[in-house]
Amino acid sequence: MSLPRIQADGGVYLDHAATTPLCVEARGALEHGFAIWANPSSPHRAGRGARAALEDARARIAEALGWQGEVILTSGASEAIALAMARAHLPVVAVSSVEHEAVLRHAGGAVQLGTDGAGAVTLGDAALGGLVAIQHVNNETGVVQAFDGVMERVRAAGGVVLADCAQSAGKLALPDADLIAISAHKFGGPIGIGALLVRDWALLRPTGGQERGYRGGTENMPGALAMAAALEVGSEWMARAAVLRARLEAGIVAAGGEVIAGDAPRIATIGACRMPGLSANALLIRLDAMGIAVSAGSACSSGSLRTSHVLTAMGVAGANEVIRVSIGRETDEAAIDRFVAAYQGIVAR
Amino acid sequence: MIYLDYQATTPLAPEALDAMLPWLGGPGSDGFANPHSPNRAGRAAAAAIEVARDAVAALLPPGGRVIFTSGATEALNMALRGSGTRRLAVSAIEHAAVLDTARAIDPGLSLLAVDSDGLVDSAVPIPEGTGLVAVMQVNNEIGTVQPVDAIARRAWAMGALFLCDAVQGVGKLGAPVEADLIAVSAHKLYGPKGIGALWVRDGVAIDPLITGGGQEHGKRSGTLSPALAAGFGAAARLCATMRESDAAHVDALWARARAGFAGWALNGSATERWRGNLNVRIDGLDVARVLSECRSVAISAGSACASGSGRPSHVLRALGLSDRVARTALRIGFGRYTTEEELDEAVAAILAAASAQGVTPQSA
Repeated sequence: MSLPRIQADGGVYLDHAATTPLCVEARGALEHGFAIWANPSSPHRAGRGARAALEDARARIAEALGWQGEVILTSGASEAIALAMARAHLPVVAVSSVEHEAVLRHAGGAVQLGTDGAGAVTLGDAALGGLVAIQHVNNETGVVQAFDGVMERVRAAGGVVLADCAQSAGKLALPDADLIAISAHKFGGPIGIGALLVRDWALLRPTGGQERGYRGGTENMPGALAMAAALEVGSEWMARAAVLRARLEAGIVAAGGEVIAGDAPRIATIGACRMPGLSANALLIRLDAMGIAVSAGSACSSGSLRTSHVLTAMGVAGANEVIRVSIGRETDEAAIDRFVAAYQGIVAR
Repeated sequence: MIYLDYQATTPLAPEALDAMLPWLGGPGSDGFANPHSPNRAGRAAAAAIEVARDAVAALLPPGGRVIFTSGATEALNMALRGSGTRRLAVSAIEHAAVLDTARAIDPGLSLLAVDSDGLVDSAVPIPEGTGLVAVMQVNNEIGTVQPVDAIARRAWAMGALFLCDAVQGVGKLGAPVEADLIAVSAHKLYGPKGIGALWVRDGVAIDPLITGGGQEHGKRSGTLSPALAAGFGAAARLCATMRESDAAHVDALWARARAGFAGWALNGSATERWRGNLNVRIDGLDVARVLSECRSVAISAGSACASGSGRPSHVLRALGLSDRVARTALRIGFGRYTTEEELDEAVAAILAAASAQGVTPQSA
């Protein structure tokens, strides 16, 4: 099959936390999926072929993630989170205050767990005997939550942990959690497929339909194949990302910028930085005009001009002066250097 | 393999695949952006989604908004759960996505009966106090076309909303113009799996099922796939331009298939139907054996979702067929890419398999 490609505009893309390019392996898997397009629930040979491919992909997804439990394929992390929060037997009792909106909007009257200045969630004396949502890696700052103490306390209280791993899956080892939401397009798979990982079916109430009765709708089999292929590419490149981010942040600091939560454990792909006196929106517009794509906070909330709830929860001053630069598998030194040069040029004016 | 299961899923149109490929770009391309990012690539992706939205909207009535979802099941769940109504009336032959969801919301829901032709009477009694009425446009198992506009007007007159599952009809027939809510799925109209839409009439309030980033005007959170949307849009455009030729092709195939199965009983009305669905039965047929002997032909005994469950079809039951008779039915679905030669070969194979069981129209 011939592959028409959009011409690259020579720009620099440093917004991989919003979405990252489809990797070649995932693209190939997707095209294979399109070629065997039957409905996986059909009992005829074509359908059974699609089913076999789907189940093979499901097993490979679990294996690549090192996950021992069940895998419910969804349209993405937002749906996985909605499914977990609406269908868990236990009520939602606590969510961290730095969760993605996908969690916060389903939280109802649950207790919001605060963070320290470095973005680490503090459990305090909250009652934890229900569903507790704590994300693995924050999408705006890259801060990694330590799950060690969390799981013991929640389990001791009779609760379960939902971990939003949209930013970490495929990059870091998954945390010890009962329910985990992932999204393929954050790790080189296509947009439109994700999964809810479930330690035990007994945690959820079924709704009927496909996915063993836990998620109705014809399965996106090509998407599942591509998600498996993207995960199997692995995360060796993360070591290179760490070097690139150090280079990036050295350039930012040299220009007078501040790195957010610089001393906290952070994923190597995300760097948030603040330039006092320069609004994030002004900076974004100038960078965009120079062909450099970064963002202010999450893609979903960008353009809304709302102050980031994540930075507010962390007590970061000047939250509207913070931009997010995020690195992907193919990011190279030249891209970082072009960003740093542009950044320093804008700041110097 | 001869694929005759177009109600389960349709082949991806080459044009739809071509529309998707540029949005499945790798590193160094502009074809992978998050359409909700305000950067240049993101804006281009967002624009592509809006072009696709217009193409899908062109298959649906004016005066409403297309909300993209992961498919029709999600769209139907969103309509039923998001409408806020608790008293429901749905036809007895709805897809499980409507029936199961409606039962979960209203355990006392009213089932609107169908006649032996598989049609809901437009004057069917609807209980007072019903908040939402759902009747599908084209039944997925037997292909009957329901009088949805007439029933929608009755729902309106009693102050109820009308939801139409148009999965099997949209792009093939005119849209159900009087509905308040319409669910559609791309992979039933030659588009990709993983995307569908809920059409919502202006002024009808629906709460979201998936909250979060607030995409789709806050009605459906989650990053939208530009590739899936572009594929859906291209498939929708193709359905619009090819509607007459698609229908003529299906009519010709229908006449051929009907002649081939002369002497078999047709399930569902012969006239009020989408002719790309031929559901037939013959006394004494062991359908499972036919399916296993015709390995090179992909057909089914009912909906893909329910197949393998061994449950008798609720649709055929609603027609008044006994479970024993319902188990002798075959669904043969064809469409744009089916050739006459394929159809003839498949019909011959099915007839030979039936005859090997000693089942022929003469003996029946």
